Amino acid sequence: MTQPVTDLVQPGRGRGIIDVFKHKFLLQLLVRKEIKIRYRGSVLGLLWSYVKPLMQFLIYFVALGVFLDMQRGTPNYAIYLFAGIVLVNFFTESLGNATRSIVDNRDLIRKIYLPRELFPVSTVWVSAAHLLPQVVVLVGACLLSGWSPSIWQLLAVVGAFILTAILSTGLGLLFGAANVYFRDSENIVDMILMIVTWASPVLYVWPMVQRVMGPWFFLYQLNPVTVAVEIFHWAFWSPTLSAEQSVSISMPPDLLTVWFPSAFGVAALVLVIGQLVFMKLSVHFAQEL
Amino acid sequence: MSAPTEVSDSVAITCRNLRKKFVLRHTRSMKEAIVWLLTGRKGDLSRKFDALKDVSLDVEQGETVALLGLNGSGKSTLLKLISGVLQPDEGTVHTRGRVAGLIEVGAGFHHDLSGRDNVYLNGAILGMSQSQIDDMFDSIVEFSEIGEFIDTEVKFYSSGMYLKLAFSIAVHTDPEVFLIDEILAVGDEPFQRKCIVKINELAAAGKTLFVVSHDLDLVASVCKRGVLLEHGQIIMDGEVHAVVKELRRRSAD
Repeated sequence: MTQPVTDLVQPGRGRGIIDVFKHKFLLQLLVRKEIKIRYRGSVLGLLWSYVKPLMQFLIYFVALGVFLDMQRGTPNYAIYLFAGIVLVNFFTESLGNATRSIVDNRDLIRKIYLPRELFPVSTVWVSAAHLLPQVVVLVGACLLSGWSPSIWQLLAVVGAFILTAILSTGLGLLFGAANVYFRDSENIVDMILMIVTWASPVLYVWPMVQRVMGPWFFLYQLNPVTVAVEIFHWAFWSPTLSAEQSVSISMPPDLLTVWFPSAFGVAALVLVIGQLVFMKLSVHFAQEL
Repeated sequence: MSAPTEVSDSVAITCRNLRKKFVLRHTRSMKEAIVWLLTGRKGDLSRKFDALKDVSLDVEQGETVALLGLNGSGKSTLLKLISGVLQPDEGTVHTRGRVAGLIEVGAGFHHDLSGRDNVYLNGAILGMSQSQIDDMFDSIVEFSEIGEFIDTEVKFYSSGMYLKLAFSIAVHTDPEVFLIDEILAVGDEPFQRKCIVKINELAAAGKTLFVVSHDLDLVASVCKRGVLLEHGQIIMDGEVHAVVKELRRRSAD
């Protein structure tokens, strides 16, 4: 049998995240596997993807909305709250799992060469799959409150989602690779995730921050998660407000013209840095795990 | 890094002056590392040793090579360098065509998935496309003798069934180069015989085989060429029976 003459290649030299696209089928199987085994052996199964965020929402709503009376100054506070929670949950879940993904898949990484970027990337997809039911609940709640978004607002939702996915992929690559060498990075990420919920206007409204930060407010706006949350508010929450409510409540200045594009810039930068660090460190994954 | 120019068109694997150094680190936390840095790097955080030193080797397409040596001689390290799991510290490795590393079968299995799901997952991990797996699926199941249990979660499989299915997927991946590490000792005797027949078939079909095993009689029957490693260096390269004899003589000493 004659063999086709193919070029000699160096094994184990990847081209980073580009290789993931060449392994679409494997990526799809890895994502499906994670989704299948996430709630294995549980009675409620995928329902947990609804129950947990709803419980989280209830806690915040009762504590902040009712006890601290946030709902007085913020109409439709429940929707405001849930829109932010849904997005931040996507970020925390994907980053948390991406950070652990390399170490969790050590058996495979030590034995078979695959583009290692597959593992963090697949966790982001899994989180997206878990985000979906929450978005369904959110849309349902919005519709009940008379939601009528424009096409731009709907497109912005997709944009904010992609923005968050880019950011968590970048950070996931960075911390996932670092975690192989120092397991401390899991704890660093846990801390970041704790901060993220509060560093974006999920539970409170942005003018409160502007009042305190004054000229430094732009620092707050540089955080892509903050921008994504604000976009979610703009798309889900503000179309449910009546005309006179909308007048008193505005979105942060230049949200769509300045901050949304610059958030993409920041996220892309993080992705590039994450990818470069990952490439450098992944050469030795198999022997360090 | 360009391919070495002096090799022929028919070479499947070519290694040049490979060196692989392992660092055994004792620390796993930032605190320890920072304390070590601040205290002027006193003491050793790590121990180094060479798993491979200056290994050069060419394997032609269609050759069947047995990699022999005692434990710790660097056989698995060399296999991992060829499969791309590890990268060399010095020297280069080049391969031609698709290389499937059958390094510990079943590494990609997930216990909570059914045999069917695992066939797809593991097949894709070993580099098969969806249509390839679809085409091969029945043949994989038949070869593995799993039968009706294919839709059972693999955690309920006996260890024999588990290995048979994993091996069956591996031999169906159809790469140009097979790297085989200690997997010939799979299953019961009839299945082992079947595996050997299958491997001989692959060799006859012109596949390049690169086999690591401690079962000397078996590799001698499968392979034609033997390469003997000792302390990370090739000390003999020749006809397999002569190499097996040399290894036996050395281990008897």
